[in-house]
Amino acid sequence: MPDPFQTSPLTGFRTLLHKEVLRFWKVGFQTVGAPVLNALLFLLIFSRVLDRHLTVYGEVPYTAFLVPGLIMMSLLQNAFANSSSSLIQSKITGNIIFVLLPPLSYRAFYAAYILAAVLRGLFVAAGIWLASAIFAATLPAHPAWALAFAVLGGALLATFGVIAGIWADKFDQLAAFQNFLILPLTMLSGVFYSIQSLPPLWQRISHINPFFFMIDGFRYGFFGQSDTSPWLSLAVTGGSLAVLAALTLAMLAKGYKLRD
Amino acid sequence: MTTPAIRIAALTKRYGSLQALAGIDLEIGQGEFFGLLGPNGAGKTTLISALAGLIRADSGKLEIMGHDVIADYRNARLKLGVVPQELVFDPFFTVREMLRFQAGYFGIRGNDEWIDEILHRLGLSTKAEANMRTLSGGMKRRVLVAQALVHRPPVIVLDEPTAGVDVELRQSLWQFVKKLNTDGHTVVLTTHYLEEAEALCGRIAMMKAGRIVALDTTANLLSSAAVRRLKVRVECPAAALALGGAAAGDWLEFSFDAPGEIETLLARLREADAGVREIAVGEPDLEQVFVEVMRHA
Repeated sequence: MPDPFQTSPLTGFRTLLHKEVLRFWKVGFQTVGAPVLNALLFLLIFSRVLDRHLTVYGEVPYTAFLVPGLIMMSLLQNAFANSSSSLIQSKITGNIIFVLLPPLSYRAFYAAYILAAVLRGLFVAAGIWLASAIFAATLPAHPAWALAFAVLGGALLATFGVIAGIWADKFDQLAAFQNFLILPLTMLSGVFYSIQSLPPLWQRISHINPFFFMIDGFRYGFFGQSDTSPWLSLAVTGGSLAVLAALTLAMLAKGYKLRD
Repeated sequence: MTTPAIRIAALTKRYGSLQALAGIDLEIGQGEFFGLLGPNGAGKTTLISALAGLIRADSGKLEIMGHDVIADYRNARLKLGVVPQELVFDPFFTVREMLRFQAGYFGIRGNDEWIDEILHRLGLSTKAEANMRTLSGGMKRRVLVAQALVHRPPVIVLDEPTAGVDVELRQSLWQFVKKLNTDGHTVVLTTHYLEEAEALCGRIAMMKAGRIVALDTTANLLSSAAVRRLKVRVECPAAALALGGAAAGDWLEFSFDAPGEIETLLARLREADAGVREIAVGEPDLEQVFVEVMRHA
């Protein structure tokens, strides 16, 4: 019998990450191109209709205000879509077995799926940001803040995607998760408006939506202005990620719906 | 004493009211070609899934080459290659990409030489850059075998690998697996083709309702069969038929339980003036043994 190969646990993580990135990259037209086009259509319509009538935070034109909101909304939705669709496809086609048979730890499994999903979100975000220059060239005033919210928000939604992908047994269950939870929370999070323009009751309701904090914090990275303190947004985003990550890791460690 | 390739002790698994594994005890030695047989629902795939860490057993112990599949799962999984029963694949990737990924998941990089060798030995060299979607069922099955071998595991489990594959592939697959076994790999095979198990396996366990109901060498299992057959060609078939023979082409076939009954049967044929021209004793086959074991278990 031939000698066994030298092995390294880190190689398992790197391979799964590479495979997950290649999975969305091979269909980049659909996974990156389509969301960029969607966001540009939003920008085209809203900038033509509202730009001349509205300014936000005093002097920010509406189109410029809209750009970071759309970037973050697309980033979050695509991070969720990546991890959730990859997992449910693998479960339904049965090829999830290829990552369950090897000695991959549940932490490596989690980290690879999350990082790949964040990368897809960042590709989409970069695409929208570059293409949006046609309508309004918007440079971030505080790039580190913008990047922090992009990465943490992407990781939070990617984690949500892992939970949904593991929990759902059918594509329609996943679609329900996406249509009845993710979509309303993102649309009502202040992507298209500042919550300062809402009645007090809706302002209070917006404050229980974690998506509001991610988008508001990301927007702070662009304008140095936001509806609420960026530190509070960072704490809510980071705290939500910590709680969901702990829950997901516990599910994976137990093998919930994967090894039972 | 040599560590067994697989050691299973008091293993149980229940799904709701179904006792899928009801206390399995089994040791498979290194280098064995072992058959795991049983009807559908006997627990074979559940047992393999527990061995591979795809399900968690309710109680009991499982070791691969001395490594506990839960406490020391990294080493246990490194020692095991599994060819699953279902024809699964990832439609995004080529054959070579699939094999490189599989090696990487096991923590191995840069083993293209070995990947090329497996591709060659499984007749997949010309398909290395083909997308998995474009392969026939038989080719996909070969890729599954290649994936199970990509980390050179000493123990290989094949869960019904020839289900629905053509004769040519079946022959080449068995040649390849026999070579692996000759090279020192332990092979565990489940199959519904009992003639394959009879030809290949040195030892066989038969399962029914989550239990092992027979476990012995293939030779012992065959010789333990209660029923044997005596085939005769006679001048007067009517006389032989009157003694309880059954027509089987040009031959007449008699069943008997003990070797000593052959003489009695021949004496009765002579008394009946049947005119015996030719005789042949049919050895029991594994299918016969299997049916008997399942009937009495």
